[in-house]
Amino acid sequence: MKPWLMLSPLLIALLSTSAHAHGIWLLPSSTVLSAPQFVTFDAAVSNDIFHFNHRPLPVDQLKIVAPDRSLLAPENVAKGELRTTFDANLKQTGTYKLQIVRSGLRARWKEGSEAKRFMGDAEKLRQQLPANATDVEVNESASRIETYVTVGTPSEPPLDQKGLEMRSETHPNDLVAGEQITLQFLVDGKPAAGVQIEVVRGESRYRNDPEPLKLTSGADGRVRLALERAGMYWLDADITDNKVSDKLAKERSLAYTVTLEVLPK
Amino acid sequence: MLRKVLLGLSTALFSANLMAAEMQIRIDIPAMSVAEYHRPYVAVWIEKPDESIARHVAVWYDQAAAENKGTKWLKDLRLWWRKGGRELQMPMDGMSSATRQVGQHQLRVDDATLRSLASGEYRLVVEAAREKGGREFVKIPFRLPVSVAAQRQQKGSEELGMIQLSLQP
Repeated sequence: MKPWLMLSPLLIALLSTSAHAHGIWLLPSSTVLSAPQFVTFDAAVSNDIFHFNHRPLPVDQLKIVAPDRSLLAPENVAKGELRTTFDANLKQTGTYKLQIVRSGLRARWKEGSEAKRFMGDAEKLRQQLPANATDVEVNESASRIETYVTVGTPSEPPLDQKGLEMRSETHPNDLVAGEQITLQFLVDGKPAAGVQIEVVRGESRYRNDPEPLKLTSGADGRVRLALERAGMYWLDADITDNKVSDKLAKERSLAYTVTLEVLPK
Repeated sequence: MLRKVLLGLSTALFSANLMAAEMQIRIDIPAMSVAEYHRPYVAVWIEKPDESIARHVAVWYDQAAAENKGTKWLKDLRLWWRKGGRELQMPMDGMSSATRQVGQHQLRVDDATLRSLASGEYRLVVEAAREKGGREFVKIPFRLPVSVAAQRQQKGSEELGMIQLSLQP
């Protein structure tokens, strides 16, 4: 079997960085809380934002970072056919950050006249890529899926300074319909210009036009926007550069998605 | 006799000058014809023109609930929560108390509190959020220091009845 065929559609979705790929998301039941409590989450891969109608999103790489930077383990993790669900017992005051970070290499080459494709890590690629391979094309992908929940006073969530990240100048749990929101996109911890951003309000299945809001980050990595309607929003950001972590790769595709809740004024 | 009257008059004038400024707030919690009624959570505060909180006045919530569980719904007072409620520890002496029944309720902001605020424009804000009901806020502008006695009022549309603000210099 070709390595490509052994990959689950999930891995492809996770590693794919095209804005046209399936949407990947973590959906919290609440984002702003005034007392410690459980919050439940859906994790899925689907075309329609926050409508679980395709595949569950595996959460084995999920990290829940507590306000004090410790890691919180998810509880009651259940993988269904259409979504994964889990709970988190939020006991601290401040902002919890949930993230799934994935990275890998995508490759294609020819062995004689036969075309080969690959998705996985560098070590595996070196094992599988024969010396006589021709037309070798290797790209690196890194994706990050996030959401935030705050108990009490919001705190500044930490950054990994790796790959494409968002630094929320307007706190991600402090978004109100109609008010200006400033976000900053960073690549490896530095402000990144030219990041392509798409923002889609949830429940897109109830309208003919998903009404995506398209933006590009400026020289300082910032975008300013106002979301006129309250609701759950899905933000997707993409950029490609040549800062590869492995010499085999030519290009690096970075993707970032976050679920944000905008409350009514 | 005349002397007595004059003395009385001057005492009245004198005490008027010394009288402390005061703000009286009257909040009307309207009756609702609903199958399941819960008393609303209410927050009252004084805000600056930039909408930041100058002074918390009161918050009425389910303070008696076991294990402080009533705080779970404080976030529904969305505006208050975001502007500063989330930075407070509940219950708070002299500020927080139990929810109130339908009817009129009085609150008072004393001279010392009013004097502690810089001269300028302010707004009194009253926000109400009701379990299985709606949420609403009313804002009434006023100026400090209070120079003349004044009364302002504004009516809520659903969750709040008439809100009355009386200012005494």
